[in-house]
Amino acid sequence: MDKFDLSLTLNGKSETRRVALDARLLDVLRYDFGSPGTKEGCGEGECGACCVLLDGVLVNSCLVPAFQAAGRRIETVESTPPDLLQTLNATGTSQCGACTPGVVMSIRWLLQHPEIAESVGLRAFMSGNLCRCTGYDGIIAGLEQALQSNAKKAET
Amino acid sequence: MQVHRPYTLHDALALMAATPTPTPIAGGTDLLVSWHHKPKEKLALLDLSQLGGELAAMRLTADTLELGALTTYWDVIASPEVSRAFPLLAEAARQVGAMQIQTRGTWAGNIGNGSPAADGVPVLMAYDATVVLQSTRGRREVQLDGYYTGYKKTVRLPDELIVAIQIPRRTRKAEWFEKVGARAAQTITKVGVAVVNDEKGWRVVANSVAPYVCRCRNLESALQKGQKFKSPEEIRDILKNDIAPINDMRSTAAYRETVLSRVLFYRLADKA
Amino acid sequence: MPAGADLPRIDGLDKLAGRAAYVDDLPTPGAWHGATVRSSVPRGKIRDIHFDPAFDWNDITIVDHRDIPGPNQLKLIDVDQPVLAAGEVRHKHEPILLLAHPSVHKLRDALRAIRVDVEPLPAILDPAAPLTPDLIQYKSDNVLKHIDIRQGDPGPVFARAAHIIEGEYVTGSQEHVYLETQGMLAQWQDGRLTVRGSMQCPYYVLDALTHLFGRSRDAFRVIQSPVGGGFGGKEEYPSLLAIHAALLAEKSGAPVKMIYDRQEDMAVTTKRHPSRTRHRTALDKDGRLLAMEIDVLLDGGAYVTLSPVVLSRGCIHAAGPYFCENIHIRGEARLTNSPPYGAFRGFGAPQTIFAIERHMDVIAARIGIDPVELRRRNLVRTGQPLATGQIYKEPTDLPALMDRALDLAQYKARTQSHAEFNKSHPFLRRGIGFATFHHGAGFTGGGETYLASEVWIEGKPDGTVELQTAQTDMGQGTTTILTQVVAERLGIPTEQVRVATPDTSRVPNSGPTVASRTAMVVGKLIEQACDDLLHQLGRKSGDPEISDDIRRHASLPGKSLVGRAKYQKPASIQWDDKTYRGDAYATYSWATYVADVEVDLRTCRVRVTDFVALQEVGRVLNTTLATGQIAGGVVQGIGWALYENVVLEDGAMKNCQMTNYVIPSAGDLPPIRVVFEERPSHWGPGGAKGIGELPMDGPAPAIVNAISRAVTTTINEIPVTPELLLKATEGRGHG
Ligand SMILES: Cc1cc2nc3c(=O)[nH]c(=O)nc-3n(C[C@H](O)[C@H](O)[C@H](O)COP(=O)(O)OP(=O)(O)OC[C@H]3O[C@@H](n4cnc5c(N)ncnc54)[C@H](O)[C@@H]3O)c2cc1C
Ligand code: FES
Ligand code: FES
Repeated sequence: MDKFDLSLTLNGKSETRRVALDARLLDVLRYDFGSPGTKEGCGEGECGACCVLLDGVLVNSCLVPAFQAAGRRIETVESTPPDLLQTLNATGTSQCGACTPGVVMSIRWLLQHPEIAESVGLRAFMSGNLCRCTGYDGIIAGLEQALQSNAKKAET
Repeated sequence: MQVHRPYTLHDALALMAATPTPTPIAGGTDLLVSWHHKPKEKLALLDLSQLGGELAAMRLTADTLELGALTTYWDVIASPEVSRAFPLLAEAARQVGAMQIQTRGTWAGNIGNGSPAADGVPVLMAYDATVVLQSTRGRREVQLDGYYTGYKKTVRLPDELIVAIQIPRRTRKAEWFEKVGARAAQTITKVGVAVVNDEKGWRVVANSVAPYVCRCRNLESALQKGQKFKSPEEIRDILKNDIAPINDMRSTAAYRETVLSRVLFYRLADKA
Repeated sequence: MPAGADLPRIDGLDKLAGRAAYVDDLPTPGAWHGATVRSSVPRGKIRDIHFDPAFDWNDITIVDHRDIPGPNQLKLIDVDQPVLAAGEVRHKHEPILLLAHPSVHKLRDALRAIRVDVEPLPAILDPAAPLTPDLIQYKSDNVLKHIDIRQGDPGPVFARAAHIIEGEYVTGSQEHVYLETQGMLAQWQDGRLTVRGSMQCPYYVLDALTHLFGRSRDAFRVIQSPVGGGFGGKEEYPSLLAIHAALLAEKSGAPVKMIYDRQEDMAVTTKRHPSRTRHRTALDKDGRLLAMEIDVLLDGGAYVTLSPVVLSRGCIHAAGPYFCENIHIRGEARLTNSPPYGAFRGFGAPQTIFAIERHMDVIAARIGIDPVELRRRNLVRTGQPLATGQIYKEPTDLPALMDRALDLAQYKARTQSHAEFNKSHPFLRRGIGFATFHHGAGFTGGGETYLASEVWIEGKPDGTVELQTAQTDMGQGTTTILTQVVAERLGIPTEQVRVATPDTSRVPNSGPTVASRTAMVVGKLIEQACDDLLHQLGRKSGDPEISDDIRRHASLPGKSLVGRAKYQKPASIQWDDKTYRGDAYATYSWATYVADVEVDLRTCRVRVTDFVALQEVGRVLNTTLATGQIAGGVVQGIGWALYENVVLEDGAMKNCQMTNYVIPSAGDLPPIRVVFEERPSHWGPGGAKGIGELPMDGPAPAIVNAISRAVTTTINEIPVTPELLLKATEGRGHG
C-alpha cells in the first residue's frame, strides 16, 4: 500500500508520520501516532468508541480517511482534563472501559456546547455511544455531574 | 488505491473527467463503513473536503434554499433559520444515525449513496428538491423525483458531481416525517415516510419500501381528490401499486407495508 | 476506606484517560498479525486447499492441523473440538488454517488468495429436527448432555388436579457484544510461550495450551490484559484464540497478534444458547402448585464446550423460586451444526427463568387469579424445599420482597391507570409486568470443591500487601471490590492494597471469573488468607495498626510473609451429582423486577418506560459499582427481550455487524431504578453474595408479561421484535 506524510495537530502538538494511504484516522492515531487511547469497537461508525474531536467537532475516527485529517486539529481522550476524569470516575461512567474513550469525547464536546443538551436531551445526545456494561445510567450521571461542575466554574 | 485532493471545483471536475472515474468522497460516512473489508486495488477517491469555499454554503433566499454539496446534517440542525423554514429537514437530520454521523454526513452524500433507506432523500423529495449536477461539460438541474432509475442507479453521469441541492419555498398546509427503525437512534430505517401538502399538491415519499426512495403517486392522487380513509387497510390497498417492499435481515415486507399504511392512516387522521 | 463506602473504581481513571492498555494497545515492535481461514459451510469434508500460485507465499507463515504438537483438541469439559479442522468441518466459520505476516495489508490479500474446497455433508441446524443416521455426530443421538431432576412423583398428581396448564417458551440466541473484541498476543519470552490477552479465565487458557502442546505448565505463561467486557464471552473462547496465536508464534518465531474485528468476532465466537422450554403444571383450585413437568431443550452447537454446565444451571433454576412437592425436570443439550454456543451471563438460567415466569402469568390468566397472588401462594418459605431438595433457610421473606418491588413500581395504581389509558388511546397500549426469581451464586453443586481455589496475600517491606488471585476485572469492578475486602479485613487503608495482574507465573489458581463467584467465593477465601497473614503476625482481624507489623515482618531477611487460603467444602453443603439432589448452590440472590412498557400498535415497537430492579444480594460492598452491574445487566436483559435478534444463515450469525445486530442505546431506555435489600449473608466476605448474573434473569419475563397484558395477547417467545409482535397481534384490530 502507498504511503504519505501526514501532519496534524494532535492534542495541541504538531506531529508528522508516514502512514498508509488507505488508513483511517483511527488507525493512524492508534498505530502511527502512538495514541492508542482511542478504541475501535465496530469499524462501522455505529458504536462511537472511536470518537475524537476533529477541528473541534465530534466525529467517529473510524469513518474519517486519514488523508482528510491532514493539517487539522485532533483532540483525543488522552488530553482529557484531570478534574473531569475524577468527576466521571465517581459516578460510574466507566466499567470495562472499552466504550469509555468515545464516551469521554462526547461528554467533552457537550461541555463545549451545552446548548445541544437543551435541544436534544442527554439520552438522545449519548445515543451514538453504545455501551454494553453500564446500562447508560452511570454515563448519564457522569454527564450531568460534569455539566453541573462546568456551570459552577462558569459562575465563579 | 489512489487519492485526489483538489482545492478548486474546477480541478475537481477536471479530475472527474479522467478515466477510470474517481469516486467522490465527502463525509465518508457511507464509504468508510467496514473500510478494511473493502477491496481497494482499483479505487480512486476524489476528496471533496477541501472545496468548502465553493460547496459548503447554505443559502436561504425569499424563494429557495440552496444546500451546497458539503452541507452536513449538523449544519441544518444548527441553523435556526433553515430549521424554521424547512422543519422536516431538521427533523430528518436529527434522526440520521447519531450526533457523530450528523456532524460529518452530507445531504449530497445521502443522495449520492442512493440507499433505499436514506432518510435525507424523502424529506428533500417531499419538498420537491432539485439536484444540481456539474461536469466539465456544464451544469444541469434535475428533479430529485426522477433522479433514481433503479437500485443504486441514478441519472447522474460518471463525470458529474452533485454541487448543490435546491428547494423551493412554498406555503404548506401539512408536512410531517416519520422514521421507524429498530431503536431510538443509530438505526437504519425499516420504513419511513415524508408527507408535504403545498400549493402544488400532495407529495408522499416513502423509504425502505422499494429499490429506491419513491413517491407514492396513487396515494397522492387519492389525497388530491380529498379521499378520506376509514382504515389502514384502505391505504394499504392503494399503496400496493406504489411500493414493492422486501424481506431482508432487518425486517419483512409485510411489516413494512402494514406499518407504512398504519403510520399514514393515523397521521392523516391527525391522531398521532 | 471501609467496605460499603464507595471506593471509586481503582482502574477507572486509567480507563477514562485512555491509559489502560488493552491487548491491541500494547506496543509490540516486530509483532506479526495473525488471521484465520474458515469453513464456508456448516458441515463437510475438506477436499482441497487451493493457494493462488500468482501470490507470493514465501514470507507468510501458514499453520494447519499438522503443526499441532500434541492432541488436536480444545480441552474443556470434553475434548471433542479440534482447534483446526482436519478433514471435516462441523460448523460454518470453523477454523481450518492460520496465517501470519508482518503486514496487515499483505495478510488481507493472502486471505483472498486462498480457496478451500469443501464437499458439503448433511447438516442439522434445528435441535428439534428429526434425526436420521447421517446427521449423527456425537455419541448415538447427538445429545451433548442429559439432566434429570426429580422430586416426589408428578405423574399421578395430574389426575386429581383442579387445573392443568401447559405452555411452550422460546428464547433466541444472544451475542455478547463486549465492546472490546477478542484479542490475543503470543510470543516467546524468557524461554516460555507467553500469551497475553482479553480473557476471563487465565488458568483455562493455561490448561488448554498445556494439553494441546503436550508440554508442562511451566512452558507457558498466561497474562490477562485489561478486558473490555466479557459477560461470559471470554470464558472459553479465549482458549482457542490463545492456541491459534501461540501456534503462529511458535512457527513464525515472531510475536503474533490476533485481534478479531467486529464482524469476525460476531460471526465466529460463542453466543447464548437458544432454548425451548415446555411446562406442564398441575394446580389445586386455589392456584397452589401440585406438580410440575418441565422439558428444557438447548441448542448446543457443534461441540460440547460448556453446554453441560449451562444446561445444568438452566435446569436447576427451571422451577423458579417456588415450592412444589412433585417436580420432574428433563433437560437436553443437543448438537447442531452451528458454531458452539457458550457461556453468557446467567448461564442457562435466563432461558428457564423466562419460561417459568412467563408460565406463571399464563397460569394466572388461565385460572383467573391475580399473578401477584399466584406467586404469593407459591413462593418458597422457610423449611420448604426447592426443586433439588435444597431446603430454604434464608432470611429473606420472598413475598415481602415482591411486595416491596411492586410498591416501588406503583404496580396497583399503574395497572388501573393503564387500563383507562388503553381504552382511550387510538394506538398506544401500556402494560406493567414483573418476575420473581433467584440466581445461585458460585459454581453449581460440587463445582467449587472440584475447583479447590487458592488465594495468596503477600505482605511487602513497605507495609503494603499484594493480593494474588486469578480473578479478572472485565469492568465488573473485581479489583476495587477485592481491594476493599482486603483493606477491611486487615484494617489497613485501601491505598496500601495492590491487586496483582492475573499472571499464571505468579498468582495461584483461584478459579475462573464466572458464575457470580468472585465476590462471594473468592472474597471469602481472601478473608481467610488475610486471617492467615494476621495469624503469622500474631494478630487478628480488628486489631489496630497492622501496617507496621507487616512492614517489620516482611523486612526480616530471608523471610516472606504470605497469607494463604484454599477452598474447603463447608460441611453443611450436600450435593449428589448423580441424582441432582441437594444443595445446588451455597446460597442464592433473590429478586423481583417490574417493567412498565408502552406498545405502539402502529409500528409494534415496544418501549420500556420504567424499570424497578429490587434484589437481595447479601451486603452490598460498593453501591456505585453494584448499581452499575445491575443496571448494565438489566439493559442486557432488555436487549435480549426486545432488540437483539441473531439471524442465522447456515447455522451461523448472518447479521454480524453492530448496524444489523441492535443493542439498546441510551435513547431507548428509562433510568433503571436499582434497589438493594441488604441482608448480610455468612457465605461471602462482609456478608456479600453474587450479583453479576442475577440482573440478566428478570428483565425478559417481566417485560414480556407487561407486553402480554398491554396488548392482551399471549407472547411466549423472545426477542419480541416489532415483526414478531405484528404477527402475534395481527387480525386483532388495533384501535
Ligand atoms: C452509523 C451510521 C449511521 C447512519 N445512519 C443513517 C441514517 O439514519 N439515515 C441515513 O439516511 N443515512 C445514514 N447513514 C448513512 C450516511 O451517513 C448518509 O448517507 C450520509 O448522508 C452520507 O454522506 P457522506 O458525506 O458521509 O457520504 P460519503 O460516504 O462521502 O459518500 C456517499 C456516497 O455519495 C457519493 N457522493 C458524495 N458526495 C457526492 C457529490 N457531491 N457528488 C456525487 N456523489 C457524491 C460518494 O461517492 C458515495 O458513493 C449512516 C451511516 C453510518 C455509518
Ligand atoms: S469504531 Fe468507530 S464507531 Fe465503532
Ligand atoms: S464500559 Fe464497557 S462498554 Fe461501556
